[in-house]
Amino acid sequence: MALLEVKDLKVRVEEREILHGLTLTVNEGEVHAIMGPNGSGKSTLSHVIAGKPGYEVTDGQILFKGEDLLEMSPDERAAKGVFLAFQYPVEIPGVATMNFLRTALNAQRKARGEDEYSTPDFLKKVREVSKSLNIPQDMLKRGVNVGFSGGEKKRNEVLQMALFEPSLCILDEMDSGLDIDALRIAADGVNALRSPKRAMVVITHYQRLLNYIVPDVVHVMSKGRVVKSGAKELALELEASGYAQFEDA
Amino acid sequence: MNVAVAKTGKGSAVSDLFASAESRLPGAPDVAAVRREAFETYERLGLPHRRIEEWKYTDLRALVGEVLPLAAAPDAAALKRAADAVKAHAIAGARKLVLVDGVFAADLSDLTALGSEVSLKTLREVLANGANPAAGDLLRTTSTDAVISLNAAMATDGVVVSVADGTHLSAPIQLMHIATAAGASAFTRSHLRIGKNVRATVVESFVAAGKVGGYQVNDAVILWIDDDADVAHIRLMDDAPDAVNISSQVVTVGAAVKLNFFNMTTGAAVSRLQGFITLAGEGSELSANGVNLLQKTEHGDTTLVVDHAVPNCVSRETFRAVIDDRAHSVFQGRIIVRPDAQKTDGKMMTRALLLSDEAEADNKPELEIFADDVSCGHGATAGALDESLLFYLKARGLPEKQAQALLIQAFVGEAIEQIADDGLREHVIGIAERWLERRS
Repeated sequence: MALLEVKDLKVRVEEREILHGLTLTVNEGEVHAIMGPNGSGKSTLSHVIAGKPGYEVTDGQILFKGEDLLEMSPDERAAKGVFLAFQYPVEIPGVATMNFLRTALNAQRKARGEDEYSTPDFLKKVREVSKSLNIPQDMLKRGVNVGFSGGEKKRNEVLQMALFEPSLCILDEMDSGLDIDALRIAADGVNALRSPKRAMVVITHYQRLLNYIVPDVVHVMSKGRVVKSGAKELALELEASGYAQFEDA
Repeated sequence: MNVAVAKTGKGSAVSDLFASAESRLPGAPDVAAVRREAFETYERLGLPHRRIEEWKYTDLRALVGEVLPLAAAPDAAALKRAADAVKAHAIAGARKLVLVDGVFAADLSDLTALGSEVSLKTLREVLANGANPAAGDLLRTTSTDAVISLNAAMATDGVVVSVADGTHLSAPIQLMHIATAAGASAFTRSHLRIGKNVRATVVESFVAAGKVGGYQVNDAVILWIDDDADVAHIRLMDDAPDAVNISSQVVTVGAAVKLNFFNMTTGAAVSRLQGFITLAGEGSELSANGVNLLQKTEHGDTTLVVDHAVPNCVSRETFRAVIDDRAHSVFQGRIIVRPDAQKTDGKMMTRALLLSDEAEADNKPELEIFADDVSCGHGATAGALDESLLFYLKARGLPEKQAQALLIQAFVGEAIEQIADDGLREHVIGIAERWLERRS
């Protein structure tokens, strides 16, 4: 079943059109990779799906589980099951990670009409998940991402993904700023979350990440459109031939 | 011509105020003379206005206009309402000293729990004691400030507390100011003397007993802290939304003292806390922190003057203002370093968070340095909530208001975290959370 349907999406930032009619369908259980050169609109797509302000959708639509995503506020989208793993997770001094995680998880549950987690249940859940991701407990006591290394910040994103159990995960340049060990840990965390009910969209500039998170479908973006789609082998072709062939297209 | 008429008009109204109150003001004849002198000082100056530099941002003539008549002494019904307010705002375990509409309420206070190391008298009884030639001194300070003079003229009551040398108080003393009388003024003045090597926590709370409209509070605290004491002094002003609270604190700190002062303003239509802290003994450390949480059209002014009179003292000031709607926050921080006060280390940081386009913050840091071997500095910022942080929180499922609340709590947290006691800190956080819930 189609989880995410992006149809002929046109997006402007200030006066400049960034996405020129992008179409993309992601089904439940699938992992899609979106590759493309800098400036092709990859991150814009992820921001528009998550509801970041500053983007003007001039045409097209985004359906999530058949509902119009563009009509929802970012927090409503999160409660419906959309999760954006940020390329650069922000640091929030003064907000303890643990407090943030519980507030966010319970806000989502409340929005869905579910019972909020009790403190012991929540702590148990966080402990389980953080252990599996190799996240030390003292990291959870610190301010959100404050003083975290690049790898720790990405692990914190994966931790949230595991806690919130979204049905769509968008990973925006998850590999940026990570060394190979940090990348492997984060990717293992993501792979553990693959499930028949959950889809992932992995946005990356480099093929390297896709050695660790192996996609079902690869899309190439250029100049605000998907210009080619194929199986995972397409990523390897791109690695060999580069993006230049699409830039001229 | 017009100006002269206005002045006369205002002056005569004020004279009536004192004349009608005079018979109710406690004090032997020499005390009455001190009052009259103080009142003359006030009459000459009138309510402070914008042309007086110290009051530039808090023009009481424009904001308040007139001083309301003295509140009547509370009757049984008022005391009953006050008792409910005491219950609602008391800090768990604290020894409460309660003033209702400017009158000490013994029945609502924890007199026996104070212990023998703490002596308590009321201002009223000290002033009324004709045998005490020094009673009038309780109404004198070195200040020539108009509202402090008015306080000396009009003070009806307060507490005179002395904590004996070497005492370690196991529970905070909470001085509670409860307002029950609408459209009236309460003038209170308290003296606290903290002995050598004392450990103590003093909390002041200002609240209304339920819905009480348009009252005015003018409070003064004269605090003496002797050598080697370790004192936490916390002031929580949560008066009714249409009240006026003008409070003055004159603090003298001895040698090797640790003083941790914290003020939070969450109430009153117009308020000013002016603190004058003199570091008069060497080797003392002052941490003075404040939070203003303002909404609607509230005006909140925190003015701190830290006077380094001797060498080798450290002062740190952390101030945070959160300003919503059309509210106006003022922070004036002055650090004075006297010629002898070498090796002074004084720093002040103030930040304002503006939640609406019409919110206003005025920050006036001032350094007056007359010594040449010192380390002093100040910083000030003002800005809105960070959009990228807000989006991150919303993308994680927090609705707008909740995301804002989390960031506001983090913003004021840096000042609140200076409160060492866990229970007190939680109490203060609770007041801040209730303020956040009041935001429409």
